[in-house]
Amino acid sequence: MSQITSTKTVPETRSDFVISARNLTKSYGDFTAVNGISFDVPPGESFGLLGPNGAGKSTTMKMIGGVSQRSGGELSIMGLDPNRYGPEVRAHLGVVPQQDNLDEDLRVRDNLLAYGRYFGLPKSYLQPKADELLEFAQLADKAKARVDSLSGGMKRRLTIARSLINDPKILLLDEPTTGLDPQARHILWDRLFRLKEAGVTLILTTHYMDEAEQLCDRLIVVDKGAIMAEGSPAALIREHSTREVVELRFGSDRNTTVASELEGIGERLETLPDRVLIYADDGEAALEAVTGRGLRPITSLVRRSSLEDVFLRLTGRSLVE
Amino acid sequence: MSTQNSTAPTSLVPRDRFLGSLYGRNTRAVIARGLKATWGTNWSIMVSGFVEPVLYLVAMGIGLGALVGTVTGPGGEEIGYANYIAPALLAVSAMNGAVYDSTMNVFSKLNYSRLYEGMLSTPLGPLDVAMGEIFLALLRGAMYATGFTAVMGAMGLITSPWALLMIPAAVVIAFGFASFGMAVTSYMKTFQQLDWVNMVMLPMFLLSATFYPLSVYPGPMQSVIQALPLWHGVEMLRQISVGIFNWGTAGHLLYFVVMIAIGLTLTTRRLRALFLK
Repeated sequence: MSQITSTKTVPETRSDFVISARNLTKSYGDFTAVNGISFDVPPGESFGLLGPNGAGKSTTMKMIGGVSQRSGGELSIMGLDPNRYGPEVRAHLGVVPQQDNLDEDLRVRDNLLAYGRYFGLPKSYLQPKADELLEFAQLADKAKARVDSLSGGMKRRLTIARSLINDPKILLLDEPTTGLDPQARHILWDRLFRLKEAGVTLILTTHYMDEAEQLCDRLIVVDKGAIMAEGSPAALIREHSTREVVELRFGSDRNTTVASELEGIGERLETLPDRVLIYADDGEAALEAVTGRGLRPITSLVRRSSLEDVFLRLTGRSLVE
Repeated sequence: MSTQNSTAPTSLVPRDRFLGSLYGRNTRAVIARGLKATWGTNWSIMVSGFVEPVLYLVAMGIGLGALVGTVTGPGGEEIGYANYIAPALLAVSAMNGAVYDSTMNVFSKLNYSRLYEGMLSTPLGPLDVAMGEIFLALLRGAMYATGFTAVMGAMGLITSPWALLMIPAAVVIAFGFASFGMAVTSYMKTFQQLDWVNMVMLPMFLLSATFYPLSVYPGPMQSVIQALPLWHGVEMLRQISVGIFNWGTAGHLLYFVVMIAIGLTLTTRRLRALFLK
């Protein structure tokens, strides 16, 4: 990696970052899933990949995890090329896949032990580590249970416990809380936050904007295999949305007609089938302006701009699948 | 924070070696997992795989054998019908077990239980997984062969001490089919395609001189059967069962050595297609 480099136009991947991608590309036949994306992740950062279904998030995760060969570009994980040094790179990764792939033929604690053996870790290390992780995942009383008897949230926590068996430097989480109830999500967020505090680099994909705001120091919004925006959640909101949003409902049949009478209020207006959104830095003032024009919405709501507003603005509201 | 107080002894020293990106040099972990899983849950499948050839032996060997009487064995001597088909059934069970393990079993762990997906996100490579699974298939094959040989002994069908060599020979047959089967699985996309495997296996089982000598076929048909692996397996075990060896025995063994070599080469080449998409 550390050869003397001559002047080059394309910046090289950098080894002071735990992950460094340059023009990372993956195509399957004619279809390009990831189209030349570049990003760097410093150690200890919590980095998010956001994007609609089919945006290329999971494919990117698989390339980072060394289980999918890239079609083009450069990728360096802790200074190593995962295509060439797959086993060495994976020794330092923890992977939580989108769908649980726990070993249904083994019991809960044996899942951790067997997985640890895949890393070549000795029993003397694994026995106490497995107990410690079961405690961490709040599954200590389920140690001898069958995997298929666990609830969705328990399986997810076991998958996360399993991904930590090798003390990974980087934890890859592909939609970690999809399909979980609110209680289970909050427990999981708490556990992930503790890992972050312990200095583990988290790479996470998610559909939930609140999750991204909770967990990510920095994120990229990906759509159709390309990066649409990059920054911290707060910076992205500042850059791509206003401070507040007013949501007005006039009834499905009236929203469009009323919208023309709202011109000029706030910085931007968005008309949806069920409501009209006014983007403004001062939401209350905007709402007063609306009532000042003699318009009476059925319901109105002033709220802070969220990452969801940014996301929908960047990736569009229509369903593309 | 308690999860970080012990550091896992893993290293990030890049090692440039043959098949380095495909092989994590930890096949033993795959084998250990397989033994643990089989011990815990799948023992009923193990039993059924052992019972099947025994049922055939009882039904055909004793039942049909009563009508057939004696037939001409490998050395030209007359032997009982059960003695004649028992080694053939052992070859068939070695083939069936190995093919099931390397096609159906691998395919479902790959696409349904996602077991391999989990394994491959660790330092294990596709080669570790493939070698581990083949080893487990052979171990199972060896256990079936031992059990079946014991049943043959109990039924008085063993007439030569050489018959014990049928056990390692059955493992060689299983190795040939398992290494080839995994290469075939790498081309499979759906469960329906796996039916094609059965469409090859069933005729091979019925026609490979399993229940009657090759001489019943006309000349060209004989050549077709002789090109198929099961015929070589059947003939090899039949010769071993009565302790009669000739150049033909060596030829049958060589057939499987070549089959194993080609199968393993193909499988290794297809590993990326099989596991890394």
